[in-house]
Amino acid sequence: MQLSHPRLAWSLTRREAAWAYAFIAPWLIGFVVFTVGPMIASLYFSFTDYNIVDTPRWIGAANFVNLFRDELFWRSLGITLKYAAFVLPLGLVISYLVAVLLNQKVPGVNLWRTVYFLPSVVAGVAVALLWSRIFDPKFGILNPFLALFGIKGPGWLSDPDWAIPALVIMSLWSVGGSIIIYLAGLQGVPTDLYDAAKVDGATTWQRFRHVTLPMTTPVIFYNLVLGLIGTFQFFTEVYVLTGGAGGPARSTLFYNLYLYQNAFKYFHMGYASTMAWVLFTIVLGLTLLIFRSSDIWVYYEGQLKGR
Amino acid sequence: MDTVATPVTAVPARTRPFSDWLTGLQGQALLLKSITTLVIAAGAAVIMVPLLFMLATSVKDRDQLRQSPPPLIPMAAVTVEVNGEQEPLYRVTMDGQTREMALIKNRPQGKGLFVDPANPDQTYELVIAEQTQIKRLEIHWENYAEALSQMKFNSLLLNTLVVTFAGMAGMLFSCSLVAYGFSRFRAPWINVLFLVLLSTIMLPGQVRLIPTYVFFNKLGWVDTLLPLIVPQFFANAYDVFLLRQFFMSIPLELDDAAKIDGASPLQVLMYVILPQARPALVTVAIFHFLYAWNDFYEPLIYLHSPQNWTLAVGLQTFNALYAVNTHYIMAASVVMILPPIILYFLAQRIFTQGVVFSGVKG
Repeated sequence: MQLSHPRLAWSLTRREAAWAYAFIAPWLIGFVVFTVGPMIASLYFSFTDYNIVDTPRWIGAANFVNLFRDELFWRSLGITLKYAAFVLPLGLVISYLVAVLLNQKVPGVNLWRTVYFLPSVVAGVAVALLWSRIFDPKFGILNPFLALFGIKGPGWLSDPDWAIPALVIMSLWSVGGSIIIYLAGLQGVPTDLYDAAKVDGATTWQRFRHVTLPMTTPVIFYNLVLGLIGTFQFFTEVYVLTGGAGGPARSTLFYNLYLYQNAFKYFHMGYASTMAWVLFTIVLGLTLLIFRSSDIWVYYEGQLKGR
Repeated sequence: MDTVATPVTAVPARTRPFSDWLTGLQGQALLLKSITTLVIAAGAAVIMVPLLFMLATSVKDRDQLRQSPPPLIPMAAVTVEVNGEQEPLYRVTMDGQTREMALIKNRPQGKGLFVDPANPDQTYELVIAEQTQIKRLEIHWENYAEALSQMKFNSLLLNTLVVTFAGMAGMLFSCSLVAYGFSRFRAPWINVLFLVLLSTIMLPGQVRLIPTYVFFNKLGWVDTLLPLIVPQFFANAYDVFLLRQFFMSIPLELDDAAKIDGASPLQVLMYVILPQARPALVTVAIFHFLYAWNDFYEPLIYLHSPQNWTLAVGLQTFNALYAVNTHYIMAASVVMILPPIILYFLAQRIFTQGVVFSGVKG
């Protein structure tokens, strides 16, 4: 009764809002200091000549003009997109299929899951070093394995044509992270849908095609978007495998590696900021493209309820 | 009646030929299950072999490293002394008899000179490929001690632990507060702010990297551990999202009961929400551990002096300097991946059950 009093209710709402903002304050402050502020600053830097020691000097759009004339910029963009064109579809298909298999009632399923997720917890420098040894044409294990099938393996990381495929193979080994997410998605499909399909006489394939696949499109979508962003962040493995140079013959000069070189090797902070904003624009554009297309192929359960 | 009928129908079923059974529903299901299991096992082998190779390489010595193709079990040639020199021992088949002989000299056309170590004057010329070399297991655990002392492991480990656990404390502290704020209170713009928070997941880190570096440089924090720790005290989207999803599943009645007892919102968080949310807190803590332990990009940028390096940077540099010492590099790598693997096995359920990702869908 008392609560309905307008002034008291007003002050209670205000108090609640004050508590809310007090609790989210750490993120709000961090958001301003470590996200909004730096984003504005890097946009400003992208129009300057800046070497971190001297104050930034405004040079207008010169960085952008130079960037679009920079052969290495185009090369690094091409390498990144080429890698993405292999890794995203292959990674999606493989990790989805593995998740479907791991969702079956097979003997020892928990052991298998443990094995498949293992690579995703050990990612980083150690694994990159391991793969540098696996790819070694003479003392590695990949080429002897291929030789069992009569295939003469290439020089992998020492061959400009095979360095990217090598990185793709290495990345596919550690798709465990997306398998976990797909598995969670598969487990979220309501069993009554399968029961209904069975009653209607659907075969295993039809149940997969018309129940499993549509119900898990949101998860596929989520993995695709994060995978795309991840590709443009690709750095550690290629830095470790090439000693930061992007070799051989700059065949693995990924976008993020070239950006790193500009910023922290040559201290062209302005130019690197330009690269960062161009990258941001590209990723945003591609993400929006995926989002746009999602109307066609992503199925949300909520949509049905809404109609 | 039914209970009697069942065994009667079972008799003809058993006498049906195997091919009939195989094309039947039950047989198909079993066949499908067997194929599935085989495919899964093959994939599991593909995942495990590289890790076995890492372990095997880490306990080989220089001579063993030169074996091509490298054995997955660290074997070494058995040698025997012949005329003052160590020669490899072979199991030789001659005149239907098998004897152990040493190979003392290579001859053209894949042949070699063999001798009986007990009687070195009598030589036999035989095709080497037809004989089997005698090998035994040889494991060099001492590689580990050598690798760790060469790379100054203790200092690297200490830095990594400081970064990992101080950052974890900051993350747990800030993300709990923020997730609580987003899950339990109504306020103007709060839903919009939550969407803004979520959208930062998709923000490529590069657009804020350089000014952040400049900022820490101005503070004099470059080449200290602080740029890796302090930002963790300002929450991050992933962990806030996960914790918020979990907090939302805790019944509001619990909050209300505490409020009636006069608890302030902070006390509700501390005595009601956080104890209930322990599984979620453990989960984000583990994910933070894995992230911080394996992180390379930021330590590479911020840490310049060797005494400030973390394990990831130290290991990379160790390889850059002594790449030929593959056995030491692999030993150090095994040590680096061991804590995540141990943690993974201890907390397996969190990963394999996929509990935490239930909020991802939709």
